[in-house]
Amino acid sequence: MLHDGSARGTVEIATQRCKGCELCIPACPPRVLRMSQQRNDLGVPYPELLPGCTGCGACLLVCPDFCFEVQRFEVTPPGFEATPPGEIRA
Amino acid sequence: MTRTLMEGSEAIACAAIAAGCRFFAGYPMTPFTELLEQMARKLPAAGGVCINAESEIEAVGMTWGALATGARAATGGTGQGLALMQESFSEITRAELPLVVFNMARGQGDYFQATRGGGHGDYRHLVLAPCDAREAVALTQLAFDLADRWRNPVLVYGDYLLAHTAEAVEIAAESFPPLPPKEWAVDGSLGGSGRSRNLNPLGMQKGRKGIEPEPFWRRLQAKHDAMAEREPRWESDATPDAELVVVAFGTLARFARHVVRELRREGARVGLFRPITLWPFPSRALRDACAGARRVAVLEQNAGQMIDDVRLALEGRVPVIPIGGISSDSAGFGIGPLLDPDEVRTRIEGALAPHEVSR
Amino acid sequence: MKSVRETLPVKPALQLGVDHDLCPGCGEPLALRMLLEAIEELGCAQRAIGVVGIGCYTALSPLMDVDVIQALHGRAPSLATGAKRMRPDALLFTLQGDGDMVNEGLQEVLHTAARGERITCVLLNNGVFGETGGHMTATTVIGQRTKNSIEGRDAAYHGHPILIGDLLAQQAGTAYAARGSVHDAAGVARTKRLLRRAFETQLDGHGFSFVEILTMCPTGWFVGTAKGPGYLAEVLAPVHAMGELKRDGRYVSSAELRAARKT
Repeated sequence: MLHDGSARGTVEIATQRCKGCELCIPACPPRVLRMSQQRNDLGVPYPELLPGCTGCGACLLVCPDFCFEVQRFEVTPPGFEATPPGEIRA
Repeated sequence: MTRTLMEGSEAIACAAIAAGCRFFAGYPMTPFTELLEQMARKLPAAGGVCINAESEIEAVGMTWGALATGARAATGGTGQGLALMQESFSEITRAELPLVVFNMARGQGDYFQATRGGGHGDYRHLVLAPCDAREAVALTQLAFDLADRWRNPVLVYGDYLLAHTAEAVEIAAESFPPLPPKEWAVDGSLGGSGRSRNLNPLGMQKGRKGIEPEPFWRRLQAKHDAMAEREPRWESDATPDAELVVVAFGTLARFARHVVRELRREGARVGLFRPITLWPFPSRALRDACAGARRVAVLEQNAGQMIDDVRLALEGRVPVIPIGGISSDSAGFGIGPLLDPDEVRTRIEGALAPHEVSR
Repeated sequence: MKSVRETLPVKPALQLGVDHDLCPGCGEPLALRMLLEAIEELGCAQRAIGVVGIGCYTALSPLMDVDVIQALHGRAPSLATGAKRMRPDALLFTLQGDGDMVNEGLQEVLHTAARGERITCVLLNNGVFGETGGHMTATTVIGQRTKNSIEGRDAAYHGHPILIGDLLAQQAGTAYAARGSVHDAAGVARTKRLLRRAFETQLDGHGFSFVEILTMCPTGWFVGTAKGPGYLAEVLAPVHAMGELKRDGRYVSSAELRAARKT
């Protein structure tokens, strides 16, 4: 699990339960998952997280074995400060 | 006591509703059709539901779903229709649901289907065989009670004659000892509790992988053994001194009973044994009834089905001969020449005369 | 160290665990997640009754924390009919595969829809009998290889697939019918919206509702797990087109949905 100053989220991966299906890899929009070189106790590779997670939860949705827990951080990306109530931004 | 003239089909429908049946599904087929018609007419007024199913397979399926929610529910058909329901019969028995099934049969040729079952695996149904509409009213209500008491299907074996003969009957509601609440019934209420239900015939449990059906099926076998011990029912008529015992079931037994009484009045030493439960077959009672008999004659309207159970029960102690046979009308509905007191008398007299016993 | 605003849990609240023996890359658990979340979001956990058919997904029923009745192959709609008639306030759904619903149980589901029974039938369609090892069903598409169409389904020899979504949507008793898929995250999310609409149709008393969910079966399709989503999109989805087939009384055929996607 990697924390990076630019990440808007992160995931906890149950690597020992992973069956190595690789559905999460192309499902991740910022492409920050890659399959490991090592193998788990089931004998298959498992996903590892690279920097840049957005916390979107796509991996969680496509994993048949419920291996992902997704955390979304308190972050306001630059240029997107919250609009005060009642004010409309052009 | 108010008696009303009604056909057996109507009497059975009234009795089922009096017993609390609130769901019925069926597919029309002679001679079951009128029972379906009567339920369609009467159930809604009693707050129940009757559905014309798209086939017998769906009829028993709908009844299964209704039973699963804890309702008293029944289905029925004639032999061919029940043949389609057999897979569900096996599994409903394993799911321990209190199904009541009515076979309005075309004669007595469905005895094997009823007592051996045409489904897969080890299972048993209680089978009740009324001989007239009055008894059908009592046995229909008993069927619903036994089904709930044992959590097991009960089959009521009727036929064309019973369905279509009008008799004076009283639909008196019978009372039975109290039953435990149906805690197993599925109503959705345990969702999200971690203890939600899985009503299934395989022994599956929530939160556990795999099925492991063997211990579950053995427990069912023990239950069926207990049913066999406690539920035999029969009628025994003038048998202690009988040299010939006639064995008959259902509506044909009424003819036999009439003829046996007639012959007794003329001095013949003949008796009648009438199984009321076809399963469990009242073997012990039959052995006792035939203790002094020299011959046992089985009068059934088929190629020889109940005679197997008679021979098994008597264990070779007394010669057993068939005096019935296949007998039907031109449409195959089972109203054949055998359903005639003179014909029955000829058959029984033939058994009284000394002759070589074959088989 | 950033603070966590929200955690998306590993599994839905109505799921009793995550351990199952379905194949790597199987799409059925994805549909299960959406089904359980839809029930929970609608606040129906304590009135939901599921009737489960026979297929690989049967092994998922021990994980479902809602009251469940196990049916025989093909028979779930009739059980659901009887149960709903006795418990009209319950949220009744079936969970069936294509072998179960479209082969064994075609008559049953068709009549249930025609009668307008207020239940929701959920179809997990992977175009094969998965549990027996990958055999042809009524929804297998032309050209698809299975263990009993090893050269590919041939229209002249094996006949044509049945578009069950269309068949059911055409019935007057069907109030809502839709087809979705779980081959990508967007599809999975859309599946939950379809399930919610189907359940709402039932809760509003409008008649029969149906959701068909195309799922991956790489084992039954003889492809690697990573190729499953692509196979679904390229082989099954062009035939069993995705979208809403029946809504507000209007039937839109698979052919029209397909044409709309192309434009």
